[in-house]
Amino acid sequence: MRDRDDKGRPDADGMHRRGFLKCMSWAGTGVVWSLAGGVPKTLGLIGEADAAEAAASQPTFVQISDSHIGFHLPANPTPEKTLGEAIAKINAMKAPPAFLVHTGDISHLSKPDQWDTADQIIGGAKKQVFHIPGEHDIADLSNGKAYLARYGKGTQGRGWYSFDMGGVHFIGLINVYGFLPGFQPSGLAQLGNDQLEWLEKDLARRPASTPIVVMAHVPLWTIYEKWGWGTLDAGQAFSYLKRFGSVTVLNGHIHQIFQKVEGNITFHTARSTAFPITPPGPEPHFAPLKLPAGKLGEYLGVRTVDFAHSKGAPALIDSALVA
Amino acid sequence: MIPKRAVLGALAAAIMFAAAGPGAVAGETAAAPSPTVVDIRNFQFQPATLTVTAGTTVMWKNDDGSPHSVAAQTGAFRSEPLDTNDSFSFTFAKPGTYVYGCTFHPMMLGKIVVKPKGGAS
Repeated sequence: MRDRDDKGRPDADGMHRRGFLKCMSWAGTGVVWSLAGGVPKTLGLIGEADAAEAAASQPTFVQISDSHIGFHLPANPTPEKTLGEAIAKINAMKAPPAFLVHTGDISHLSKPDQWDTADQIIGGAKKQVFHIPGEHDIADLSNGKAYLARYGKGTQGRGWYSFDMGGVHFIGLINVYGFLPGFQPSGLAQLGNDQLEWLEKDLARRPASTPIVVMAHVPLWTIYEKWGWGTLDAGQAFSYLKRFGSVTVLNGHIHQIFQKVEGNITFHTARSTAFPITPPGPEPHFAPLKLPAGKLGEYLGVRTVDFAHSKGAPALIDSALVA
Repeated sequence: MIPKRAVLGALAAAIMFAAAGPGAVAGETAAAPSPTVVDIRNFQFQPATLTVTAGTTVMWKNDDGSPHSVAAQTGAFRSEPLDTNDSFSFTFAKPGTYVYGCTFHPMMLGKIVVKPKGGAS
């Protein structure tokens, strides 16, 4: 059953919790990404001068995540308000992003009225939105069919897809089905063989010089196994991504920013637009973080991504709703 | 045949057991009067393994701050998302071992063992 080992044992990458916490020194609700030159580059947090400057000359996109419309606990009884603030922040960008990505948990309980509310608010940005589901979006009795009917047009399998924009190949992966027949419960997220086969084919015909952006809700690298923050079969996906010069992985799920570079792959988790979650710790499970009045906005945000400049990883700008 | 005193003793024990039953709903692993309750608390199904006789209705109650769900690995049963204080019930007609989990949190697992009615438990 659940691992209750409270010692600071290293994870698969040999990183101890303390080292880990040091890595999460910055967080934001939205990150601006630039697409210029075909290589994604983060510009920093929305609203920062550098971000605005960079965004003025290069195509960018914005990542939002974990809006949890329907959440009602003290950590944030009005997630629709904070999502609205995130969209207002995006609308106030001097150089508007080319499109938005939402990395899952649009709703809290997979209810149509929660999706309606989210769509209405996010629609205020008047941008194309690329969605992937979180586990909160496929929790209804239809086991994901309701999500697919609304957000999955033109997707494959349980909702995965790819598209090209600005010379970058984008891939939306689904790793929130832990209980489909054939899936062995492992405590971690899983991609599944059918999706991995699709990914292998999708990547096979592309030159290694193509910059790749991969989106998935649950972190593809194992951040904290005890709380299920990782993906069991992601190693198989990485084996297909290895030969590409620039791979950027954008995740949600954990409502806080972590980053890691491993060879050609850079990993980034995003802030939520609804509420922060406790950082990895000895507690047996995570929980929404209840902050003192007026502090919530500092822990929520959006991310802007810049694809420009260098041939390295894309530049990200994580910006809090309230600086 | 059976001494009268033994029968009376067994009856008394049965009455005492019945009286103790309602006060010890959650956490009992023995077959108990339905509905038998699995408490969802601290990201755990409690008890993690529950043994019942066929025909028993099991009720799961979410006493956590987080939403959870109850989904059998085989698809035999599945709840709607259970928000705090929501509950879900399922009647186990067929004997067998049912592994289930929470679709939100793959580390949460539980098991219901259903014994045949009238059989040795």
